[in-house]
Amino acid sequence: MKLYEIFIRPKSGLNHRHVGSLHAADARMALQNARDVYTRREEGVSIWVVEAAHITASNPEQSEPWFDPAADKIYRHPTFYPLDKEVDNM
Amino acid sequence: MYSQGLQDAKGGPEPEGLLKAFQKRIDNEEKIEPRDWMPEAYRKTLIRQMSQHAHSEIVGQLPEGNWITRAPTLKRKMILLAKVQDEAGHGLYIYSATETLGITREEMTRQLLSGEAKYSSIFNYPTPSWADMGAIGWLVDGAAIMNQVPLCRASYGPYARSMIRICKEESFHQRQGYDIMTTLARGSNAQKKMAQDALNRFWWPALMMFGPSDKDSKHSVQSMQWKIKRFSNDDLRQKFVDVTVPQAEHLGLTIPDEDLKWNEERGHYDFGEIDWDEFINVIKGNGPCNKERLRARQKAHDEGEWVRKAAEVYQQNQRDAA
Repeated sequence: MKLYEIFIRPKSGLNHRHVGSLHAADARMALQNARDVYTRREEGVSIWVVEAAHITASNPEQSEPWFDPAADKIYRHPTFYPLDKEVDNM
Repeated sequence: MYSQGLQDAKGGPEPEGLLKAFQKRIDNEEKIEPRDWMPEAYRKTLIRQMSQHAHSEIVGQLPEGNWITRAPTLKRKMILLAKVQDEAGHGLYIYSATETLGITREEMTRQLLSGEAKYSSIFNYPTPSWADMGAIGWLVDGAAIMNQVPLCRASYGPYARSMIRICKEESFHQRQGYDIMTTLARGSNAQKKMAQDALNRFWWPALMMFGPSDKDSKHSVQSMQWKIKRFSNDDLRQKFVDVTVPQAEHLGLTIPDEDLKWNEERGHYDFGEIDWDEFINVIKGNGPCNKERLRARQKAHDEGEWVRKAAEVYQQNQRDAA
C-alpha cells in the first residue's frame, strides 16, 4: 500500500498543517483512515491527503547554501530602517 | 567520549566531524528530522525504542479488549471502546514516525510476531476482573504518562510530535481508570474488594514498567546524551510512586507494599524492592499471558490477510483502469 502524508485544517481561517502519515490503497481510503486516526477529537474541519511519493523536498544536507541568499538581506526587514522618535511607529 | 566506538551502517567508524556537529545540535535542543544526517546507532536505538513503544500500544489493546463486551454499563462500554480505539491510533502514530527512520511497517510487524521485538511487560498480565480496567487506566496509563511526557521533548522530531498527540489523549485514559476505581471504592463491600484486588495485582507490574533499576540499565547513558530519554528509570519510578500513593489513600485503598513509608528527609516515599526475577521472566516471554498475547496478534494478522490483499488488488485495478 502507498504512503500518504496527512494535512489537517484545525478550523476555517487556518492553514492545513502536516499531522502525520498512514498507508492506504488509494486517496479515498487514505481520507477515511485519516479521519478515523487524526480527527477523533474534532481536530479538524478539512483533510488533505497527499501521496508521499509526489512530494519533492529540498535537501537538508544542502540547506545552508540553499537558504543562504536570504541571510545577508537584512534590509528586507522593517527593523533595518531606524525611525525618528517623533514618528515612533510605522 | 560519547562517540567512541560508534559504527556506521557498514561497520566502519562514524566520521568524527559529523558526530560532533550532530551532538552539538542535540545539546542546543535542536530537533533531528528524518532526512538529516544521524549516526547509525542513533537510528537503530530509536527504531528499537519507538517500535517497542508502538507494539506496546497495539498489544495493550488486548487486556482491555477483553472487557468490551462485558462492561457493566453502556456508558462504560462506549468509554472503553473509545480508549481501545485510541490505543490503535497511538500505535499508528508511532509506527508512522518509526517508518521515517527507514524501517517498513511489514518488518516491524514481523519482528513483533516472531518475538524478536519486545513490548511493555505489563500487557502480559491477565485482566480477570472489571476492576482491572480501572487499575490499568489509573496505574498503567499513569505510568505511561510519566514516561511519555518527557518524550514530548525527545530529540527526534517525528517521535516528539507523536508523543505530544499521545499525551493529550492519555490523560483521558488515566482519568477514566481512576473514575472506575472511585466508583468501585465507594461501592459495596464486594466492589471495594474488587478494587483492592486489582490494585494488589497491578501495583508491582506497574512499577516494573519503568524498566530495570538505573544500576542495571544498559541503554541509559547514551540515550540520555542523545535526549531520547530524559529522566532515569528510577527517577521516573519515584515520581510515579510519589503522586500515586496519595491517590490510593484518597480512595481508601492500600498499596501492597509493607515497606512503603514517607521519608521526610528525602521528601519522597521509600518503597520495597521490586521482584526483578519476575520482571526478567516476563520480559523473556514467560509471563502469565505472553503466549496468549502473541497468539492473539498472530490470529488478527492472519485474519486480516484478505483485507490487505483486497486493498492491494483494488490498488492494482485502479492503476490498470487509469
